[in-house]
Amino acid sequence: MPELFSPALIMIVAAIAIGPARGHLRTALVLLAPLLTLWAVWQVPDGVQDTVRFLSYQIEPVEGGPLRRLFATVFALMAFVGGLYAFRLARWYELAAAYAYAAGAIGVSFAGDLITLFLYWELMALFSTVVVWCGGTPAARAAGIRYAIMHLLGGVVLKVGIEGVVVGTGSIQIRPMLAQDFNSWMILFGILINAAAPPLSAWLADAYPESSPTGSVFLSAFTTKTAVLALLLLFPGEPVLIGVGLFMVMYGIIYALLENDIRRILAYSIVNQVGFMVCAVGIGTELALNGAAAHAFAHILYKALLFMSAGVVIYRTGKNRCSELGGLYQTMPLTTVCCIIGALSISSFPLTSGFTTKSMISQAAANQDLLWVYMMLTAASAGVFLHAGIKFPWFVFFQRDSGLRPKDAPWNMALAMLIFSVLCIVIGVFPQWIYQFLPYPVDYQAYSAGKVVFYLQLLLFSGLAFFLLLPLMKRTETVSLDVDWLWRRAAPAVIAWLADFVRPVQSAFGRFIEACRESFASFAVRYLGQPHTADSDEHGLFARSWRIGTTALWIAILLSAYVLVYYI
Amino acid sequence: MSDDRRVQFLSRPRVIRRLWWLFSVVLALTVMAQAVFYVKGYFIVDGWFGFGAVYGFLCCLLMVLLARVLGAVLKRPRGYYRESDDDA
Repeated sequence: MPELFSPALIMIVAAIAIGPARGHLRTALVLLAPLLTLWAVWQVPDGVQDTVRFLSYQIEPVEGGPLRRLFATVFALMAFVGGLYAFRLARWYELAAAYAYAAGAIGVSFAGDLITLFLYWELMALFSTVVVWCGGTPAARAAGIRYAIMHLLGGVVLKVGIEGVVVGTGSIQIRPMLAQDFNSWMILFGILINAAAPPLSAWLADAYPESSPTGSVFLSAFTTKTAVLALLLLFPGEPVLIGVGLFMVMYGIIYALLENDIRRILAYSIVNQVGFMVCAVGIGTELALNGAAAHAFAHILYKALLFMSAGVVIYRTGKNRCSELGGLYQTMPLTTVCCIIGALSISSFPLTSGFTTKSMISQAAANQDLLWVYMMLTAASAGVFLHAGIKFPWFVFFQRDSGLRPKDAPWNMALAMLIFSVLCIVIGVFPQWIYQFLPYPVDYQAYSAGKVVFYLQLLLFSGLAFFLLLPLMKRTETVSLDVDWLWRRAAPAVIAWLADFVRPVQSAFGRFIEACRESFASFAVRYLGQPHTADSDEHGLFARSWRIGTTALWIAILLSAYVLVYYI
Repeated sequence: MSDDRRVQFLSRPRVIRRLWWLFSVVLALTVMAQAVFYVKGYFIVDGWFGFGAVYGFLCCLLMVLLARVLGAVLKRPRGYYRESDDDA
């Protein structure tokens, strides 16, 4: 039954086979499986392919459609380029976990019902945790546990919502809804946890930078963008999302400005960029939804590109903090150029992918007369240039001379970065290429002279602000508190305090228990036991030998008592 | 080794000065370009002359200052969480 065959299964088979395969066979598997998946993605026609009856539900493992195909395409592409980037450096179990994780994302893309969606959702949660753990350090282990708890919690919340909807409506179909009752709110919360929406966004900047240089490339792509896809499918036009998105946009900028760890800066900018998409889903017009989908596509490419360049720097220098890096452009020209292309794309500089996709979202806000939304998104575009567009390349590759002279990227990493760099520019220069794959017909001109002038002013003067305000942005060896402070510091402190408070009560209770135990012991010895040695004649009261007559008397008394009680 | 000790190209004061000049000229050009190309304002204000430049600069100034203020509250030494769990 090929109709039931989800392209995700190819990636699952590959993930299983990567372990036993060796040498060139493994390389071939890593590189060919995503390409085969990409081909399979394009073989899925629109609409529900087939249904299976499971218990009393109509399961639809594969449902095609332009939006689903767009996301599955970029996920498969990401798996291929990520595999190319990682295959010589990453250990086999990291690759296998990353491929299973990608399979989850592709499975969600084609899921026709809520149950299938949930299964692939959890597959992602499990194997992304393994990818975090592959960082291999104690910090990665601890961050991975926090990451897993957060995502399993999100999964439970999502499941509660799905159960409620199934019971309430009798349908497991994926269809647009609004957050109006408890069940739909639960589904929305469950998805928003994966989108790193407030207040539970700390997991992202906590876990991603602790993974290996190759692992973070995979992590940057799948979880949050699958959440965006789920929002597009389930909650288009949900007004709450506008506010949530705007908060994420600003949160990402401010925290990235405070940060020193290069991959944590990029992690915060994921929250910032996903904020744009969440806001667009909230606006909910065709242009906005197209913008969210296109921006998700472009975002995966340039964000992976930025994480790849950061990964190369960490791999070559072993350092991951802005305060230790600088001046690498001389010996790492290719990585520098690729990083700058990624940085310009994320800042939506004209001729890069960010410009042609993100501007759709701003345009959608303007078309709906949402003055504040438009102004905040525009301000955020300036802020993105500040924290990711300039700050990241500046502190890593330019700034002062750190004295480091690392080699440039190995050939496979360089090739992976080049592929995504070219795609970033292709989408920027020929936006029609991406517009034809969007879910709704596109009637939008990305380029007009006035718009280019406006964005150049906005971005270049943000650049001026950056260089003038450099003294205010000194790198500090610090971490920034987030909501996770509540369970990393406050909760253990409260528990310790409660333990101190409870300790006198506990010791009094312990003494009481000890006294009871002793009195029971002496009682038992006295009446039941043999207090001394085994051959002693001295027995406890009930442990002695009694004469038959005494026993018969006791039996008679007990039986009489029984009869008496029976008649009462 | 002599190569390593050489002052990097972009660290030379003369180069930095020239780059600032170049950057200033580009900035001036982007603002002046608005006299030639019509910038469509969706909400009137954003069509004003030089609005993008002023808005971009002020927003960044505001965000950096806000980050400074929040940083004073939110920043902790790097090993802050290390005692509570086994962060390395």
